Amino acid sequence: MKINQISVFLENKFGRLNEILAILSEENIKIVAATVADTSEYGILRLLTSDQQRAYSLLKGSNVSANLSEVIAIAIEPCIGSFSSAVSYFTKAGIDIEYMYCFSLNGKAMLVLRTNNIAAAYDVIRKNNMNYMKEEDMMGL
Amino acid sequence: MKEYWQEELETMKRPDLEKLQVERLKKTVELAMNSPFYGNIFKERKITPESIKSLEDLQRFPFTVKDDLRSHYPFGLSSVPLEKVVRLHSSSGTTGNPTVILHTQKDLDEWANQVARCMYMVGVRNTDVFQNTSGYGMFTGGLGFQYGAERLGALTVPAAAGNSRRQIKFIMDFGTTAVHAIPSYATRLAEVFMEMGIDPRKDTKLKTMFIGAEPHSEEQRKRIEQLFGVKAYNSFGMSEMNGPGVAFECKEQNGLHIWEDYVIVEIVNPVTLEPVKDGEIGEMVLTTINREAMPLFRYRTRDLTCIIPGDCPCGRTHRRIARIKGRSDDMMIVKGVNIFPIQIEKILMNFKELGMNYLITIETIENNDEMLVEVELGDTVRVDDYALLQNLTKAITHQLKDEILLTPKVKLVERGTLPQSDGKAVRVKDLRKNH
Repeated sequence: MKINQISVFLENKFGRLNEILAILSEENIKIVAATVADTSEYGILRLLTSDQQRAYSLLKGSNVSANLSEVIAIAIEPCIGSFSSAVSYFTKAGIDIEYMYCFSLNGKAMLVLRTNNIAAAYDVIRKNNMNYMKEEDMMGL
Repeated sequence: MKEYWQEELETMKRPDLEKLQVERLKKTVELAMNSPFYGNIFKERKITPESIKSLEDLQRFPFTVKDDLRSHYPFGLSSVPLEKVVRLHSSSGTTGNPTVILHTQKDLDEWANQVARCMYMVGVRNTDVFQNTSGYGMFTGGLGFQYGAERLGALTVPAAAGNSRRQIKFIMDFGTTAVHAIPSYATRLAEVFMEMGIDPRKDTKLKTMFIGAEPHSEEQRKRIEQLFGVKAYNSFGMSEMNGPGVAFECKEQNGLHIWEDYVIVEIVNPVTLEPVKDGEIGEMVLTTINREAMPLFRYRTRDLTCIIPGDCPCGRTHRRIARIKGRSDDMMIVKGVNIFPIQIEKILMNFKELGMNYLITIETIENNDEMLVEVELGDTVRVDDYALLQNLTKAITHQLKDEILLTPKVKLVERGTLPQSDGKAVRVKDLRKNH
């Protein structure tokens, strides 16, 4: 159920994000979700795509500073309180969330989260019958 | 089989070795009084053979620099009449007058002995076939190794530089066991071996390689050892000190024994010219004490190294210098602090998260000298971890500050965006107006 997220180290240089995205679009890879965390020095681009392994090797092949890290993607209903309750399950289980971002997919809200204790996070998901996305699920998108 | 070429000299107890140095220093002063250059200096400073009681007396000598050799070109430093001189070697004069080093027959004999001692130290014997890929002629790596290897008794092949296919034919036909090559040429030779479909590890008798005359890293040495299936030894020489033979590695491959019956070695701070402690990097200063035609006193080599503290397991008592760390000419002065690129490199290379390439930029911002250190990220670092990257930047800054005593701005950059690490990459950009 784990998903390999691609993280890219982006220098603060004009046009760099465009260059990275072009590498993927030229190879018909679809961006499923993306977020950029930025500082004054550099940015970190986090990506989910329609083909993570191929996207990763393309970026590596172009000498981009990138790596894969395991994240979890959970589907929640687009209604008031669903985000709050989803996060509360993890908090109750004592699981730290390193970072998180959201995107929407087929009318559902998707929460992507990174934790240092993935095994425990899966226990929470199973116990609470939460819906989650697998990496294969992104292939058809 | 004996371990040492000259056991008594190589393993001499330190006090005896130092006594021998004082004796030889006295003799050398006596000779150098005849040279126009040193004759005047000695008169002014009242330096006579009798006035030398211990190695401390060396402090009374002024330093000699390369410009002294240039301005007294060609024979101004000769200590003997020219009829006693049998050979000279000259370095190219790319920046002004060339320099010349003169040799008597005894000097050449001593030099050959010095090189033979170095080669014997790593196992070369008279049963070996030694091939020298150095340029011959004025370049000291040619004749220097030639006479040394012959003195040792090895079958010596003066293949000289270039023509790799011919080199390889010699290696195969003559059963060459030992080679002297500059590191970049060794790597090239390995490529040609492969092009010819010959595996130097299996198809040759090679077992020893002397690499020097060019700065190289430990990684380069290991690569050469793997490519050829040999042991490769760092071999240091410089034309002002004859050439090859000054300091070579023993089988321990942990520092180069500098032959202290030939030279007196000092390591000094290149700015204050005060001696530094063992283990601390400074400029190597050498005094020849076994040369007649052209002695040099306290010659500033411009090479940066340090004395490796402690005894060597090989039993030789002559101290070891570390791999040459760069040139003292590379020094930067920022906010009044003297900084060598090597200090920064040493810190950066300790971080496994970083790549090999870095660039130091110094510029004046609002009348202040600022230093920017850009360094490439390594291949394996987790770039999605913001805290890790922040802490990494902090840790690098902190360690650099401890080393160079000012706080640089550290910037992590993507791989492949800085000049490559091998060769003579530009490591320092000084954008200050008056530099």
